[in-house]
Amino acid sequence: MDFELNEDQRMLKASVHHFLEKEFPKELIKKLYQSDDGYSSELWRKMAALGWMGLLVPEEYGGVGGSFLDLVVLVEEMGYNLCPGPFLSTVVLGGMTVLMSGNEEQKIDILPKLTRGEVKLTLALSEPNTIYDPSYIQVTATLDKDEYVIGGTKLFVPDANFADYFLCVARTERTPNPEEGITILLVDAKNPRTKCTLLRTLFNSKLCEIVFNDARVAKENVLGTVNLAWPTVTAIMEKAALVRCAEMIGGAQAAFDMALQYAKQRVQFDRPIGSFQAIQHHLANMWIDINGSRFLLYKAAWKMSSLIRASKEVAMAKARIGNVYRRVTTLGHQIFGGIGFTMEHDMHLYHRLSIEGDQAFGDQDFHREKVARELGL
Amino acid sequence: MDFEFTQQETAFRKEVEDFVKQELPPGWDEKIFRWPGGYGATPMFEANFKEFWDQSFRKLGSKGWLCLGWPTEYGGMASTMKQAIFNDVMSYYGAPAADVATSIVGPTILLVGSEEMKKEWLPKIARGDVRFWLGYSEPNAGSDLSSCQTKAYEEGDDLIINGQKIWSSGAHIADYAWLLARTDSTAKKHQGLSLMIVDNRTPGLTIRPIQNICGIHSFNEVFFDDVRIPKKHIVGEINKGFYYLMVALQFERIIMPIGAFRRILEELVKYVKETKRDGAMLGKNSRVRDKLATMAIELEILYGFYWRTAWLMDQGVAPVLESSALKLLGSELGQSFANAAMEILGPFGQLEKGSKWVPLKGMVSLGYLDSVSGPIGAGTSEVIRGIMATRGLGLPRI
Ligand SMILES: Cc1cc2nc3c(=O)[nH]c(=O)nc-3n(C[C@H](O)[C@H](O)[C@H](O)COP(=O)(O)OP(=O)(O)OC[C@H]3O[C@@H](n4cnc5c(N)ncnc54)[C@H](O)[C@@H]3O)c2cc1C
Repeated sequence: MDFELNEDQRMLKASVHHFLEKEFPKELIKKLYQSDDGYSSELWRKMAALGWMGLLVPEEYGGVGGSFLDLVVLVEEMGYNLCPGPFLSTVVLGGMTVLMSGNEEQKIDILPKLTRGEVKLTLALSEPNTIYDPSYIQVTATLDKDEYVIGGTKLFVPDANFADYFLCVARTERTPNPEEGITILLVDAKNPRTKCTLLRTLFNSKLCEIVFNDARVAKENVLGTVNLAWPTVTAIMEKAALVRCAEMIGGAQAAFDMALQYAKQRVQFDRPIGSFQAIQHHLANMWIDINGSRFLLYKAAWKMSSLIRASKEVAMAKARIGNVYRRVTTLGHQIFGGIGFTMEHDMHLYHRLSIEGDQAFGDQDFHREKVARELGL
Repeated sequence: MDFEFTQQETAFRKEVEDFVKQELPPGWDEKIFRWPGGYGATPMFEANFKEFWDQSFRKLGSKGWLCLGWPTEYGGMASTMKQAIFNDVMSYYGAPAADVATSIVGPTILLVGSEEMKKEWLPKIARGDVRFWLGYSEPNAGSDLSSCQTKAYEEGDDLIINGQKIWSSGAHIADYAWLLARTDSTAKKHQGLSLMIVDNRTPGLTIRPIQNICGIHSFNEVFFDDVRIPKKHIVGEINKGFYYLMVALQFERIIMPIGAFRRILEELVKYVKETKRDGAMLGKNSRVRDKLATMAIELEILYGFYWRTAWLMDQGVAPVLESSALKLLGSELGQSFANAAMEILGPFGQLEKGSKWVPLKGMVSLGYLDSVSGPIGAGTSEVIRGIMATRGLGLPRI
């Protein structure tokens, strides 16, 4: 066993931390999260130039060819600094789906551009009637000559407002087995018969509704095999859940660091509040929460990087870390007292994000049920 | 990062596994397998199991498995990781693996003992020949051990000990006390204490039984009435006992019987897959599934701290935060496992061993009681959180 990052990963971590600290001061982050245009295209290009978008893209498509573990290291730091922008949707939901199931032409077309930061993608899966269950997917794509006609509403699509392409998960056939008959289609975001509406959320994380009003796309835009996309969708959801865990652990660590520092400085009753046992025990619990679940995160990521099945580990991580992030930011607020309950303060940013992260890509109940199945129940 | 065992470690794990399966007598599970996370129902503190325990320890000793973490010059394999693997496997089967001598006395002597003391005691401990009990707590010194009142004054080459210890687990089946006593009454509280070894057979030492809430005689009160021991039985330097004791606490953590948690989860999963209630398998009940999933996740985290602590110790680090978290979570998991099991079993959970209809060999009702002691023994949860905050996170002391 080895519980440490390797030399390259340590360097990556340090350089990401440094870059974000310098380029994304909290004032900018607050401005971005309050605006509809939640990212800076200039910084996006810089991040691409540093190789972040192409971290997992193989070298033959212009990427870095890094490991999943590298990505987790990167995103943990992004979470620490609340780095805004459509990174997860473009790189994981979009890029990894193309990488997993795209044909050579599609890969050559999309991946180099993605690596250079010139194209942004997202995956449209959830709907008003279902979050992840293929039985209830109602958006349909019907073949009409050489084109698919897509109709229906997708919901909670991350970063769809910035995206150049939507990967739309649609039902192309009614089958007895609900996991069959599902297809992924690449839809140009400029398609005039799609309408994207930004939803208002706690962190304003750019979750969208997309209405497909008989939007037509060429047959060639199918990604992967017609009717057999569901395994790809679940694989991508697993990866996305874990990357979100990395972001959450990073965020929880930041909230903890802030609270720990404050507990050492803030004086009441003539002594630092960190000398009170009630506060000490909160901080000890937060430390345990974060470090205990960081182990789950890294074990799952290590398995993924080593191409070992990691479904159980991912489900454990996601079930636990969503909960931990929320607990840590709640206690973080408690330790800051009144000052933390102001817009000016940073703690609420983490607190807002914690509930969004908890609910993204399957909430705690969803993932505990997956764990139960993995236990053979 | 790498979450795999080395080939050598995997082979070792298999060796231990094969050994324990072959060694355990028939009916073992029924007799001895207990709930982890508490200190009151540990077979090694009970007179009924003494003979088997002593035999097993000698066997383990002859294989070199009682000192896996020790340096090679003292017969060890210098691998805390191997020790952790060994404990994991053995505790899965409820088999004897470690005790006060191997996990506290030995490592402390290694660290601070004189050459003479090392030569005298380490081989005996490694062979599994001697059993120790821990003489720290007193009626008026629990969490605050610096208030220890048992006194040991010097007289020529000897020390004369007077006072009383309490909660002395297994003192009645052990050979020696690992004793904390005050050797300088004029010094500040922490600075006048020493650690020493006392033979249980010394005149003036009296042991009286105490029954714990499980109905088991694990505890004792031990009285010292002009008990005379040679000064050479003082561990390390005189008056440094309190600091040695703080160091020794770290070693204690890695002996947690973690495999027993794994085993219990497996048994519960099996139970709910085989048991029908209200017309459906218990395992199909979503609340039951949720409980078992939560248990599996928390256990995985416990293993995270377990392996990480072992790994850090092999890197030469004394991991205050990790090892404290391990003790804390282990004892809390003992309770949450017991609570969850009770809720899953319904009215069957309260049935005691030997009763008609008792599920899971009666472990659950016993575990429900014994798990109360986990967050109290070996440092209360409150005290450990305090240690983490001050020594680990650098928060100011009051
Ligand atoms: C099953 C079992 C086996 C044991 N075996 C042994 C043994 O073999 N040898 C041995 O020497 N001892 C043994 N002990 C004793 C054990 O170490 C003590 O019980 C423990 O240290 C607590 O001391 P106490 O019982 O005096 O409780 P107290 O110290 O009186 O504590 C009572 C309560 O006050 C809290 N408290 C105390 N101080 C603080 C503080 N500073 N901050 C916050 N809260 C505080 C505690 O957390 C606890 O909740 C055993 C105990 C048990 C339960």
